[in-house]
Amino acid sequence: MNIHPDYEVVVGLEVHAQLKTNTKAYVSDSTEYGALPNTHISVITLGHPGTLPKVNEKTVDYAIKMGIATNCEITRHNVFARKNYFYPDLPKGYQITQDKDPICQKGYIDVKCKDADVKRIGITRIHMEEDAGKSMHLAEEIDTLVDFNRAGVPLIEIVSEPDIRNTEEAYLYLQEIRRLVVYLDVCDGNMEEGSLRCDANISVRKKGETKYNTRVEVKNMNSFRNVQRAIEYEAQRQIELIESGKQHTIIQETRNFDPNTGKTAGMRTKENLNDYRYFPEPDLTPVIISDEWLKRVESEMPALPKALFDKFTKEYKLSDYDALVLIENKEIALYFEELAQITPNYKQACNWVTTEIKGYLNEMALSLEKFSLKPTHIAELIELVQQNKVSHSIASQKIFPILVKNPEKTPEEIAKAENLLLDNDADALKSIINEVINMFPDKVKEYKAGKKGLLGMFMGEIMKKTKGKADPKTTNQILAEMLDN
Amino acid sequence: MKVDKKTLENLAYLSRLEFDEKNTEKMLGDLNRILDWIDMLNEVDTTHTAPLAQMSAEINNLRPDVLKQGLSHKDGLKNAPKKDSDYFRVPKVLE
Repeated sequence: MNIHPDYEVVVGLEVHAQLKTNTKAYVSDSTEYGALPNTHISVITLGHPGTLPKVNEKTVDYAIKMGIATNCEITRHNVFARKNYFYPDLPKGYQITQDKDPICQKGYIDVKCKDADVKRIGITRIHMEEDAGKSMHLAEEIDTLVDFNRAGVPLIEIVSEPDIRNTEEAYLYLQEIRRLVVYLDVCDGNMEEGSLRCDANISVRKKGETKYNTRVEVKNMNSFRNVQRAIEYEAQRQIELIESGKQHTIIQETRNFDPNTGKTAGMRTKENLNDYRYFPEPDLTPVIISDEWLKRVESEMPALPKALFDKFTKEYKLSDYDALVLIENKEIALYFEELAQITPNYKQACNWVTTEIKGYLNEMALSLEKFSLKPTHIAELIELVQQNKVSHSIASQKIFPILVKNPEKTPEEIAKAENLLLDNDADALKSIINEVINMFPDKVKEYKAGKKGLLGMFMGEIMKKTKGKADPKTTNQILAEMLDN
Repeated sequence: MKVDKKTLENLAYLSRLEFDEKNTEKMLGDLNRILDWIDMLNEVDTTHTAPLAQMSAEINNLRPDVLKQGLSHKDGLKNAPKKDSDYFRVPKVLE
């Protein structure tokens, strides 16, 4: 990120995560994505008079889980609030949300920057609320079209402290938030479909200053990359205004990010009149979280990426890089963890998972749940290599592809059937090696004269003759012995 | 608390209500009388009273995450002033 050396950027992020529940936040309509317009609706969703909403207990569980994962204090006495505004995609005229005392408060997450520094980013709050419907403003239509399927779908909004100072930290923060919601299985984390949405509050200040300048809220960034681009653009814009003596023109406003141009533009809303008049939602009872409730949710917490990373690096002695590759994908991480329970060869296990399995899944565009091999299969493959019965490259290139199609067989059966077992019979091997040596009398002379690099050429010839089945270690040993005599 | 003309206009905008300019004084008078009346509540000493968010003493009225059929597409759109076979139609909203 290339900004004026005298300035620093101050960013706080607001992330909306759509919760993976079957039904909406305050009514039993389906939350399924992609249904025909206006088919997941009810009198409550449509805001008909005289209807009574009721809290989906799962939304509370999910919010608590995210709170625990981000080291928040869990608020025991929760009330809901009405946030009032008029917009066609909000049929009630208010959004049900939480205002004071949100369910999670004062947490943090730690992210690991490239320079290996750990940066702690505060979480101000996480609250429960509902999504709005979807309006479409099509050029060829004189009306705005409204679909209420999404209206009332449960969200949590995760608000960070203004602790983020550059685009790398913003990226790492979002990556961690996404990993957490996916590991917790509370949101699918899909930014393109809008299950995870991000707004950024951005301001700049001279380095060393302690108070914050006026911030601008930027919306409409549907990828991590666009969040970074918006921060870069907005920081640059604000610095230029300050440098040219026009600081007063930076006003607290909402700006829209345009992914095509990478620029932000002010929205023509009457911002000064934006007054949500929050008040307690009288239709929903308070939600009191008891010790038992909290304990139950705590007991349901899965292993989180940070804990797995620590286990992989400390207990299994994997490198930070390997561990990061593994935890990037929850299914991969859990698959590896299962594998690590049945093989002590952690580094090999990691290589198999991150190279062969990931490569195969990418190539076939498969998800891990559709993958035919269980960790036990991979453990057997590793064992076969460890016992020197096949080489790693044979296991990876010949046995693995057959095994994937025939998961009912064992790797050893395949190795036998395909005649792939390494030849460890020293006598047979010796005669082949002898043969090869006799084929190249000149090279033998050169070797004896000191050109030891020729060993590789001999090895290559032997491997050709044995179709790769000669055990490299034994062959190398015998070959060197015979050449040196 | 006294409502002035500016507050009145802001309230009208927030409520999407329009009133005749001639009635401004009458509206201001009515609104201020209502507020004065509500103001009587301030005469009660609430030093030792916890804030009340709910009239009912009920708590944790929750619902399991189980799907129930709501309105059919047809019934949902039935009372819409303007619609097509898929959508509710509203006057174009420009941002």
